Amino acid sequence: MALLRVTSPHAHGPASTPRVMQKVLLATVPGIIALTHFFGFGILVNLVWACIVALACEALALALRRRPIGFYLRDCSALVTATLLAVALPPYSPWWLIAVGVACAILLAKHLYGGLGYNPFNPAMAGYVILLISFPVQMTAWAPPRGLGQLPGFMEALQACFWPPGYDGVTMATPLDLMKQNTGLLMTDLYAQTPQFGRWAGLGWEWVNIAFLAGGAWLLYQRIFTWHAPLAMLASLTLFAAIFYDGGSSASGGSPLFHLLSGATMFGAFFIVTDPVTSAVSVRGRLVYGAMIGALVYIIRVRGNYPDAVAFAVLIMNFAAPFIDNYTRPRTYGHKAGG
Amino acid sequence: MSDVSYRELSLNGLWKNNPAIVQLLGLCPLLAVTGTVVNAIGLAAATTLVLVCSNTSVSIIRNIVSDAIRLPAFVMIIASAVTCIELLMQAFAYELYEILGIFLPLITTNCVILGRADGFASRNGVVPAAYDGLIMGAGFGLVLVLLGALRELLGTGALFANMDLLFGSDAAHWKITLVNDYPNFLLAILPPGAFIFTGLIIAGKNLIDANIKRRRDALKARPVKGSKRVRVTGHIS
Repeated sequence: MALLRVTSPHAHGPASTPRVMQKVLLATVPGIIALTHFFGFGILVNLVWACIVALACEALALALRRRPIGFYLRDCSALVTATLLAVALPPYSPWWLIAVGVACAILLAKHLYGGLGYNPFNPAMAGYVILLISFPVQMTAWAPPRGLGQLPGFMEALQACFWPPGYDGVTMATPLDLMKQNTGLLMTDLYAQTPQFGRWAGLGWEWVNIAFLAGGAWLLYQRIFTWHAPLAMLASLTLFAAIFYDGGSSASGGSPLFHLLSGATMFGAFFIVTDPVTSAVSVRGRLVYGAMIGALVYIIRVRGNYPDAVAFAVLIMNFAAPFIDNYTRPRTYGHKAGG
Repeated sequence: MSDVSYRELSLNGLWKNNPAIVQLLGLCPLLAVTGTVVNAIGLAAATTLVLVCSNTSVSIIRNIVSDAIRLPAFVMIIASAVTCIELLMQAFAYELYEILGIFLPLITTNCVILGRADGFASRNGVVPAAYDGLIMGAGFGLVLVLLGALRELLGTGALFANMDLLFGSDAAHWKITLVNDYPNFLLAILPPGAFIFTGLIIAGKNLIDANIKRRRDALKARPVKGSKRVRVTGHIS
């Protein structure tokens, strides 16, 4: 019997990069299931194709930078980026759209800055914004959710991705678009007249958001991140929506519940804002960072021209994260504050 | 100065001290109007002409103007050269003049021109100064055209569109469409694309320089030919 004698400390650190990344991947599963249920197989095709392109780009970048390819591919960070981007893209997107987005995310936003841990901007959101400003038509073509139209089958989803000219899809305005375009209807009338709004915040969207919330809550329980940034973001979004709810008039920006459960709110709060590399690091800094993102999300959603605001808000605050850190440095023990 | 090496001047303007990608001067027009090749050529030609005119004039008056007021005098010269170019473009390439807009008069404030006037033309004879203006303009222009071509190609999938704005109606069919049904990649045409591609061009230049340097060092470090003998005593079995 071989007894291995190890000196203290006997604590072990389970939080290696691959482990964390795998848990994040696992936590996106409920959201992906909900998206697939409501929008069909297009999401899964997006996901698989994005992962393939991401691994290829990562391997290429690592080879060019003369880093060990196998070691860095196994840390799953490229897969996380690909997954986060793929669920943000509209289902039934053509293959080149996804490929351009993932390539920009991995090559431009990640490896040009020095790879994992050195990127000032969230790669998935940078890829998304590059696509959104480059191809606004394709990026705003969301399929109608289950219950409002015929969902394409699996073969049709493949065709939409890899042979776009042969695919004839149906698209529909998302609840966020409808809310922005509403000028004359009271909230109650708008909800009653437009089936896209579903029960609270949008047919399909509300369940997608709840599913991402569940995944995020599990990550929180696993202590992958702290509660500060996501909660601050949701709280400030709620606050802004409540202030400008305007009693549900036709000029209302939408109820707090609408904003919490539509678009990419929960996905952003638990999978994007919590990115340890690009967010602020101190506890107070995370509160400020999250709260500013929540405020920006509301402002850009209601006043801006783009379909959703999470990506823009996150990128703007990524710029500000080092600045926030500079002003929220925690006091070290034995020193005076600000010392 | 009589010992001006034209070879050195050319190498400096086009590569080693290129105003656009090494000195990083004149970035404002570089980033703003290089959306297409024709814009880039228009601005490159205008800048080069201004550079040659201003360098020549500055060199002529270099011994008359006192140091204290040299900069205002240079700026006056540059501004009048720019005004001439502007009127010429208005007369012969009006559409391009409209497209380039504010960036034509802004050539006055382009740091490349004032930099060359103060840094080179005010200390050298007329002919080297004019040559320096030409080469610096060419170096700037080449980067402009390269950037314009990259951005036009990636942004619209075609090259040399609207060349008739500059070269007359014969050039209208110079457009080469490389990809049909190309979904316009707006990022390349928008300002962020200009920043990204300028960065990539600079990176490319640095990569080439590093390769040249490594090759030169490798040549230098070649081992001396012929073997050295080691003195041994006794017998070696």
